[in-house]
Amino acid sequence: MADHISVQGHPGSVTSTDDRETASAVVKPPALALGPLGWVRANLFNTWFNSILTILILWLAYKIIPPLVNWLIINSVGPGEGVTAQACRASGGACWAFIHEKYRLILFGLYPYEEQWRPIASILIIVGLLGVSSNRNFWKPWLLAVWAAAAVVIGVLMWGGVLGLPFVRNTLWGGLPLTLILSVVGLVVAFPLSILLALGRRSDLPIVKSLCVTYIELIRGVPLITVLFMASVMFPLFLPTGVTIDKLLRAQIGLILFASAYLAEVIRGGLQAIPKGQYEAADSLGLTYWQKTRKIILPQALSITIPPLVNTFIGFFKDTSLVIIIGLFDLMSASKAALTDPAWRGFYKESYLFVAVVYFAFCFFMSKYSQWLENELHRGHKR
Amino acid sequence: MPANKAPRGSLINDPAARAIFFQILVLGGVLLLGWYLVSNVMENLARQNIATGFSFLDREASFAIGESMIAYSPANSYSQALLVGFLNTIKVAVLGIILATVLGTIIGIARLSSNFLVAKLASAYVEVIRNIPVLLQLFFWYAVIGESLPGPREALNPLPGVFLSNRGMRVPALGDDPIWVWVGVAFLVAVVAVWFVARWARKRQEATGQQFHTVLASIGILVALPLLAWLLGGAPTALDIPALQGFNFRGGTSVSPEFAALLLGLVVYTASFIAEIVRSGIRSVNWGQTEAASALGLHRGTVLRLVVLPQALRIIVPPTTSQYLNLTKNSSLAVAIGYPDLVSVANTTLNQTGQAIEAVSIMMAVYLTISLGISLFMNWYNKRIALVER
Repeated sequence: MADHISVQGHPGSVTSTDDRETASAVVKPPALALGPLGWVRANLFNTWFNSILTILILWLAYKIIPPLVNWLIINSVGPGEGVTAQACRASGGACWAFIHEKYRLILFGLYPYEEQWRPIASILIIVGLLGVSSNRNFWKPWLLAVWAAAAVVIGVLMWGGVLGLPFVRNTLWGGLPLTLILSVVGLVVAFPLSILLALGRRSDLPIVKSLCVTYIELIRGVPLITVLFMASVMFPLFLPTGVTIDKLLRAQIGLILFASAYLAEVIRGGLQAIPKGQYEAADSLGLTYWQKTRKIILPQALSITIPPLVNTFIGFFKDTSLVIIIGLFDLMSASKAALTDPAWRGFYKESYLFVAVVYFAFCFFMSKYSQWLENELHRGHKR
Repeated sequence: MPANKAPRGSLINDPAARAIFFQILVLGGVLLLGWYLVSNVMENLARQNIATGFSFLDREASFAIGESMIAYSPANSYSQALLVGFLNTIKVAVLGIILATVLGTIIGIARLSSNFLVAKLASAYVEVIRNIPVLLQLFFWYAVIGESLPGPREALNPLPGVFLSNRGMRVPALGDDPIWVWVGVAFLVAVVAVWFVARWARKRQEATGQQFHTVLASIGILVALPLLAWLLGGAPTALDIPALQGFNFRGGTSVSPEFAALLLGLVVYTASFIAEIVRSGIRSVNWGQTEAASALGLHRGTVLRLVVLPQALRIIVPPTTSQYLNLTKNSSLAVAIGYPDLVSVANTTLNQTGQAIEAVSIMMAVYLTISLGISLFMNWYNKRIALVER
């Protein structure tokens, strides 16, 4: 194959002229097959087609990278005293002063300015706990208790009203904490629900099975946005007269209904991967259905579903951005709101870039974690 | 023991009886919940004086829709408006699926390229695009088109007759000549003819071993028949070229900024997922298969077409199906940037009439039908290409 240039440098295998004469005692490798030059030949110019592609990409890079660097760094306007939108527009570069002006609105929404240490603390608690939970050594029952305690602490921090903290209505919550709360609470509540749905789908009882299949396929067949519409316009009609339910809770319930159907399919995959012998062995021990499920099947099924569960969570985390359409003030919609300030019109690139970086950071680390975990969990099965 | 009947315990311990009991319990619970919700809904609707039922569909919609594939005016009924929205959804979904498949396949193959730059560029694309919400990308593309492109008066003109501005893209259209319809018909006839030629060629090769240049013949038929129809119709060359009149363009065909942003966002996002599927599908085919095929003396292209791809497709098709479904469902995000798709029209209908339950049910029913349709088609295709085992 022409793709592989020999690095041992057998005389004649590569067209090199200079080394032939001195090759009497020790055959030196041809200069063009080793070092940076050899690497370039092997990886960038190994066929005529690849050479064309390489030149094309280099040309594009030459066209794109200098203006991009100019925009991002050289011409950009940093934050400072008296920097206005006019100065930004005149510079022709990125307006980081805009981000400096608006980052608290984007990250924390309309939460009262002096109290914003509370959402910061909540974010740190959630991120810290996600970090702790990613370590397998901590997968113990007490971790659940820690999460429950954290939920209480975050509730106290965000709402306030006790311990001398001023009360903050949840209509004022916004930005990153809202995105994190919607996705983490959604996942945590949907998880047990999805286990029941998955078990129901694998059940021998025809009525239970058909109910679960209908629910799962119904939710998976429609876009999240219609589920959110249902939550925002139909839920109020479902409740008895006089009972109201606030917008955040409605959206959260919609997200839970949606997530449970998708998680159920992931868990069903795990259940199907358990060898039949495990079920039969549990039956022959005389365990009841729930004993068998709880002690034999679920521990095995759940541990193999963790990597796909993390992937589902990444998708779900991104999908919470859709709550903008029913009027919640999450990270996505806060970034749009920052653009409506008449004094700072038109800096959509900076705003979207900032939010994209936040989403990307979360999703990228989670996806790398899921890949690492998959290897880690499969280590015992590898030969 | 003469009696082969096992000693029966109490009914409580009988698995069959328990199964029936629990199912009745579950069903009863679900029905009770359903009855409770429905009775609440009835009560609330009665209180708010909202009539139930789909009779509102015949009323006049009285709102305009930006772009439509069929004739529509605000005087038409809600059902007509919803049909317009449905067709717009189908339009963006079909185009999106085709383009995302092409782009995803190219990027997936690029990730396997032996060219270092190409491979790294492709994997950077996949990693970045996959980890940013599609809604954010839609907003971004919409803003790029709306704010970065110049107004119609200073429109970019990359090709003669093609104008890019913040009002969208204008391209020349074919003139009003009726012959263009016949050219289209001739093309469809050519497609059918190619199918028969390919079948005949395959049968002949199986029977006699004689090969036939199917590809060349197909291209010939596909070009020749429409060309013939065009020539017979007097070879009209008049094109409807867009021209600036006042503040906007007239003539030609336009692509609205909303449609362009939605299509671009969906294609770019979905392609990154399809790329990963294509890459893993190709990687899953054992290298030995390629080597064996080369040892038989097949060309590189033939190896890919006859040996690698048929095997890779079996891995690729099922997850790609779910990406197609995702793209179709994500097209509902059109409502966020103002493209009049089904959800957007149904949402307007909902706000005007207050018929929340009916409007949401229509949205859900339509998407369920589309999802079911795509699933059935892809299952059929998957069966066709599946490995035939003993």
